Amino acid sequence: MSLYSVLAQLLALALAVLGAPLLTGWVNQCRAWLQNKSAPPLLLPYRTLHKLFHKESIVAEHASPLFRATPYLVFGAMVLACGIVPSLSTDLLLAPAADAIALVGLFALARVFMSLAAMDIGTAFGTLGARREMLVGFLAEPALLMVLFTASSLTQSTSLASIVQTIAHQEFAILPSLAVAGVAFTMVSLAENARVPIDNPATHLELTMIHEAMILEYSGRHLALIEWAASLKLFAYSCIGVALFVPWGIATVDDPIGILLAAPSLVIKLIIGGAALALIETLSAKMRIFRVPEFLAGAFLLAVIGILVRFLLKA
Amino acid sequence: MTSLAQLLPIDWILACVALLLAVGGAGVVRPHNLFLVARVLFPLGAALSLLIAMTALTALFSVPQIAILPLGLPGLPFHLRLDPLSAFFLFLFGGTTAGISIFAAGYFRKGEGTPPGLLCLQYHVFVASMALIMLADDAYVFMVMWELMALSSFFLVTANHTIPEIRRAGYLYLLIAHIGALAILLCFGVLQANTGDYTFANMRAQELTPFWASVAFVLALFGFGAKAGIVPLHIWLPEAHPAAPSPVSALMSGVMLKTAIYGLLRIGFEVLQLQLAWWGVLALILGLVTALFGVVFSAIQSDMKRLLAYSSIENIGLLLIGIGLALLFVSYGTSALAALALTAVLYHALNHAFFKSLLFLSTGAVLHATGERNLGKLGGLLRYMPWVGWLALTGALAAAGLPPLNGFVSEWLLLQSFLFTLGLPSTFVNMLLPVVAAGVALVAALGAYVMVKFFGVIFLGQPREPNLAGAHDAARLERGGLVWLAAGCLLLGLFPAQVIALIDPVTRVLVGDGVGPQVAANGWLFLAPVAAERASYSPLLFLLLVAGSFALTFLLVRALYHGRARRAPPWDCGFPLLNARMQDTAEGFGQPIRLVFDPFFRIERHLPSPFDAQPSYRLVVTDHFWQWLYVPIARIAEAASRIVGLLQQGRIATYLLYSFITLLVMLVLVFR
Repeated sequence: MSLYSVLAQLLALALAVLGAPLLTGWVNQCRAWLQNKSAPPLLLPYRTLHKLFHKESIVAEHASPLFRATPYLVFGAMVLACGIVPSLSTDLLLAPAADAIALVGLFALARVFMSLAAMDIGTAFGTLGARREMLVGFLAEPALLMVLFTASSLTQSTSLASIVQTIAHQEFAILPSLAVAGVAFTMVSLAENARVPIDNPATHLELTMIHEAMILEYSGRHLALIEWAASLKLFAYSCIGVALFVPWGIATVDDPIGILLAAPSLVIKLIIGGAALALIETLSAKMRIFRVPEFLAGAFLLAVIGILVRFLLKA
Repeated sequence: MTSLAQLLPIDWILACVALLLAVGGAGVVRPHNLFLVARVLFPLGAALSLLIAMTALTALFSVPQIAILPLGLPGLPFHLRLDPLSAFFLFLFGGTTAGISIFAAGYFRKGEGTPPGLLCLQYHVFVASMALIMLADDAYVFMVMWELMALSSFFLVTANHTIPEIRRAGYLYLLIAHIGALAILLCFGVLQANTGDYTFANMRAQELTPFWASVAFVLALFGFGAKAGIVPLHIWLPEAHPAAPSPVSALMSGVMLKTAIYGLLRIGFEVLQLQLAWWGVLALILGLVTALFGVVFSAIQSDMKRLLAYSSIENIGLLLIGIGLALLFVSYGTSALAALALTAVLYHALNHAFFKSLLFLSTGAVLHATGERNLGKLGGLLRYMPWVGWLALTGALAAAGLPPLNGFVSEWLLLQSFLFTLGLPSTFVNMLLPVVAAGVALVAALGAYVMVKFFGVIFLGQPREPNLAGAHDAARLERGGLVWLAAGCLLLGLFPAQVIALIDPVTRVLVGDGVGPQVAANGWLFLAPVAAERASYSPLLFLLLVAGSFALTFLLVRALYHGRARRAPPWDCGFPLLNARMQDTAEGFGQPIRLVFDPFFRIERHLPSPFDAQPSYRLVVTDHFWQWLYVPIARIAEAASRIVGLLQQGRIATYLLYSFITLLVMLVLVFR
């Protein structure tokens, strides 16, 4: 436990927690531009959070403690997720606490609690949202795991730090297995972050909602935490994508100058990534819910093909 | 006279088993005295089980001990042996049974079929026979105890024998148990290789040819598979487990299925001296099919105990996948990896014993409080039964394989052992393994779906029936059992390095290698089975970090803003006429799975037409295996018995004629 890893960890966490709403704001802005709308201000998500925290929370009459604890738990889980994804440096204090599989487990934990909280009130939309969320999850989760496995098998290690370190230090070459995994990862990220074509973060049309249906009963600070956690999740996924597929520029062990360079390079990558996400969302139409399993099964199979390529061709 | 200190662990365990039998016997003396049975005998049984677990813990690290009991037939004594493998499974057995027995003490009531005293006898014979199976060191004791286990559990399954479905479930169970036992008997026959000596020591000494070793392995897989519920022999499991009273379901799912895993490990790795790669492939494929089948069926069940029974099939599949992986590794000579895969298997067996017992017992508490097993008529019980609800949540999260609970650790280990398979010298295996790994990931994710359904529909939302508001929480003894098992789930999840230290001697017996030293070298806080930079996971740190950020956020929000909250009716998009019927039912929650995995099921659907005066909707989902496998077999058996039946004329003269002809044929054969 060096001072450097402590500092790198704190810096990465601070960047994630404070910067995540900015990424959401940026994606929203790009989307509005692409759709020829006047864009909301970049800092709108912060203002929304501030407003929601000020408001009183309204809790349904027979809500159990599970309902009230879930926003904090999901937020905590997402903070931890951002903490263990190597975004700035591969030398992180928390890295040994959880590897790639535990990261997937962490996302699953948050998902399960969100679904349970949605079922807690016993409304029609809540249970509908929970069911659909679990439907998305049961296909997206193994796909994500297989993507991470493909990357892991490059280094025979599931530690995110060693994976990223290896990928960052090898010569630039497009590995077929990683390329296929990259496509699968993009599909999974769209689904997991409730984006078009799976879900629409801006919708409030009841029948098409997934994520929004689950959080209908939340208000005030609880809603703020959930929205913030959603931003953090988007941030964490973006960082995983950056770290696995374009890790160049990330700082490694004991490299104080590197981390100063890593921050701007991460920001540039996220700006490009956010714009790409907005582009995908604008170009595609939302799917019917029963097309979603096909889409995700496609992602899952692509990820399996990626790992098969890796196992059979060592490529 | 030997003092107590000189007694070996095996003596202690045998004494405890004898006392368990005595406890059972005491129940019959006053069969209708509920106080004696519930307040004295069952707690006593729990204490004895706990003592067995503790003694087994000490035996894990000592040399194997042998005991020969002059029981049974003359010249054929009971050979018993306590080695680390037995000790580990006895630990699993004792730890789980202690919790279940405490719960059972508060559970059994009067007037439900079999009188309590008799149930107490059957229960303790069941428990004792399972302990002796794990100690058996010859085929004779093993088979006797195996049969005793099957019979005593049959009587327990049919405790409410007045209900015809339960009698049918019991019959099916007994039938498949015996087909399996027959295969095991044949397997022992092959293993002793014509020496006539049925001790395991002799079997170990035999050098079988690959052909006969394969025959023995396949017979063992079939026989133990019938007990464990491996597809296609799973058919009894979803019938028998729900039929039994809940503590018995817990015992069957948590412990009895593990005796089959124990048997498979004992024969596959320890008694058989060679392992072939194709056994591993067979086990991997069967395991994957079983796991997927179990979890998919589990997701669409609407009876809470059937749901759990199918989920047990899923977990057995995962265990079999781990065993297959270990077999592959052993046959390719990489014993360190085999040890890793077996560690995952043994760990998962222990975890499953704890969380599945916990879940079955909580369904028992729900059943007692509401009289309802159908998920569609439950709901909102967390409010009325907080103890059972929160403890069941622990079990459900563990079963869903979520960190930092125990189910996650073993799935993590299993996935790790897949990852290190890169570079086996067979293209086919290299192709198969990623597919199976993907299957495991899919099964794990579906497992979470099932558990959200299980917990959400029973304990969350609004009560679907008005009488649920009167549901009472579990009483003190029942609570005690649940707390014990939930604590087990938590501790097994938080301290994996310590648990692996217990598993290490077992894998050394089985494959001559272990991951214990490596894990110990990386410190007590981290689980790193190979090397810290390869993979590490620290559940305790994980929990502290999530809980820490939870607490910090909570305090910060209150400090910077406020903590005000107001109770109001649910909003539900402004819809004012919300009622409990508008929630998802169990069928509704399972419907996406039914659509996605349609070919798995045989669905009979009756939809109402627009003109029905009394519209009704009926959906029956059954298993293809009934039609594909069991019905044809039943037909063949019937046809065969009809042909044999032609011999049976019912007249003495005919039978005398048969005897006469037989005699003649014999004479011709002898004096030829």
